[in-house]
Amino acid sequence: MGFRNYILVCGGTGCESSKADLIYKTLIEEAAAQGVADQVQVIKTGCFGFCEQGPIVKILPEDSFYVKVRPEDARELISEHVIKGREVTRLLYNKTPKKPLEQVEDIQFYQKQLRVVLRNCGVIDPENIDDYIANDGYVALEKALFEMSGDDIINEMKLSGLRGRGGAGFPTWMKWNFTKQAEGDVKYVVCNADEGDPGAYMDRSTLEGDPHSVLEAMTICGKAIGAHQGFIYIRAEYPLAIHRLEVAMKQAREYGLLGKNILGSGFDYDIEIRLGAGAFVCGEETALLQSIEGHRGMPLPRPPFPASKGLWGKPTVINNVETWANVPVIIARGGAEFAKVGTQDSRGTKVFALTGKVKNSGLVEVPMGTTLREIVFDIGGGIAGGRKFKAVQTGGPSGGVITEENLDTPIDFGGLQRIGSMMGSGGMIVMDDSDCIVDVAKFYLEFTRDESCGKCFPCRIGGKSLYNLLDKITIGNGTEEDLEELKTIAHAMQKGSLCALGQTAPNPVLSTMRYFPEEYEAHIRDKKCPAGKCKKLIRYQIDPSKCIGCTACSRKCPVGAISGELKKPHSINQSACIKCGVCRQTCKFSAITIE
Amino acid sequence: MSQNIFSDDLLSYIDEWKDKPGNLIMVLHRVQSEIGYISREAADEVSRLLDVPLSTIWGVVTFYHFFKLTKPGKYNIQVCLGTACYLKGGDMIVEELEKLKGLKVDGLTDDGLFSLQAVRCVGCCGLAPVMTIGGEVFGKVTKDQIPGILDKFS
Repeated sequence: MGFRNYILVCGGTGCESSKADLIYKTLIEEAAAQGVADQVQVIKTGCFGFCEQGPIVKILPEDSFYVKVRPEDARELISEHVIKGREVTRLLYNKTPKKPLEQVEDIQFYQKQLRVVLRNCGVIDPENIDDYIANDGYVALEKALFEMSGDDIINEMKLSGLRGRGGAGFPTWMKWNFTKQAEGDVKYVVCNADEGDPGAYMDRSTLEGDPHSVLEAMTICGKAIGAHQGFIYIRAEYPLAIHRLEVAMKQAREYGLLGKNILGSGFDYDIEIRLGAGAFVCGEETALLQSIEGHRGMPLPRPPFPASKGLWGKPTVINNVETWANVPVIIARGGAEFAKVGTQDSRGTKVFALTGKVKNSGLVEVPMGTTLREIVFDIGGGIAGGRKFKAVQTGGPSGGVITEENLDTPIDFGGLQRIGSMMGSGGMIVMDDSDCIVDVAKFYLEFTRDESCGKCFPCRIGGKSLYNLLDKITIGNGTEEDLEELKTIAHAMQKGSLCALGQTAPNPVLSTMRYFPEEYEAHIRDKKCPAGKCKKLIRYQIDPSKCIGCTACSRKCPVGAISGELKKPHSINQSACIKCGVCRQTCKFSAITIE
Repeated sequence: MSQNIFSDDLLSYIDEWKDKPGNLIMVLHRVQSEIGYISREAADEVSRLLDVPLSTIWGVVTFYHFFKLTKPGKYNIQVCLGTACYLKGGDMIVEELEKLKGLKVDGLTDDGLFSLQAVRCVGCCGLAPVMTIGGEVFGKVTKDQIPGILDKFS
């Protein structure tokens, strides 16, 4: 190689949708037009994680971190940075020229992060296998094939202490070991890439940014348990990730890293992609296997577990994308080395999709044991728009809320469970004081109600009943008895449902009732929504002392509910008001309040 | 009688998958990407070609959200109502589309140009609220931007 500069353009879905592809092409064109095509290499990488500031362009070796770049900035990046060696200050994240030794890691967003799973995202070109290999790719596979027995591999996994990142946190080595010991000459390896939690996208970013790590890991597992076929079950809604996987699989076959007689070791292994079709329940392992077999994705009672009877009745290992992405690191560097990071209960790191009302949303990878306060306030920069922190939902529709009092709890599998939430796949949704907690619970129950497969009645009927009760409360018809009934149904669902979807669906209700009883009470007793979100329970009012009678609101009101003379305070006809909030957005004098 | 509803490409894809276990969902994906939805005629044809009962096909198609039973518009609009988008006002986009185009969720405009779907998370939560039109993603959408975005498609 011998390029003076390497320009890394983020090719994750977030940045791609903000014209990153055009930026990539324009940079190549500009480099050619300005005669430096032989001095720079433009590379499209996976996600940098700092989606809030996208599209992101990083230029090496100076490590300059450019944010919110537009295609028309390409000319200047080439003429200033590449040719004249001067950073384009206005596009830098800090807007000031960097000191010579300053690193990207000095940006607060990255300071407390530790990238193991996302080690290659934003570093390599995911569509070029040579880039992966240059970053220690397939080293672990070589080691597993030539230096280790199946038991050695499983023992290394045991030393690492890795627990499944899909939600339940089952020790990965045990799954592998059960499957290895299960009788049968045909066994399968499955990657669960059906990321269904609405508000989580770490698996998508991993596949888009580093597809080979998953292929390598699945092949290692195949060697460990004696399987020769793997399946990646991925959401059809992730076209870019599917494309990059297909490219990666093709390149791996060309290099003899997939297929017959891998690297001359005599071991045969191949992987196929199977598409999901938008069913949350297919994240449950038995339902997922049903779906790969081409059926409706309905869970089966366990036992038998997939480790003994899985895909087409054969012993099967299922792990999710993030779990797989850890495996090559464990095998290459050793399980004991991996286990140095994290807590006693949970080793390694965890990727979270930090979103909602936080200043810096994006993908965040931190050591297990980091506190929520560090993630939300140090990495996330706190709450956007100067509002007040209210809660964080972890674990998606299966998890619960975490409030101010528990912000200092170290995050690991056990820690989150003790405060009534769960790890889940890693969605982390931040809420501020304008979010109504009952409405959020209702949102999740609407989701699980829609996604229930309908097979067992506690989930099918219970979910709908919970939703109906929450709906009743948010429109002001709730009673004290409804609170008791919510709890009774929730407990019945936890005990009686067939799979984890139904068993965990009541969690958002129970946890919000536990931490925000006063907010439920306000809806029921006072018929008020303290957050001002539930439309039936709020009134828009005009403060006569602030209203100057500019008529802006009355002109914008879609139903003509606002009246008043010019230069005199206006008023709202409550029976006509549809509570759309346009008046409040329009008023420049903060004269319109929500009651 | 219905030989001509599938292209040769699609027919050879089906032929390739015919004997593989678990082929039905993969074939239905390919059918939908070619004709936009799973029509009754298409389901009949898949049933004949794969030798799978129509009831099984219908069971699968209705179970999964991704498969559509009605013809989409020239441009299919997806509004994300995942958690992050919901908190940041994704339902505002749905309301605005109804106001501007009379478009309801799962509906179609009279001119057949736009159809609307509410979806759960398109995986770019950092850009919430998000809508996609014909596969192009629009992030941090505000009410004022929507007419301009729609004008780009005609």
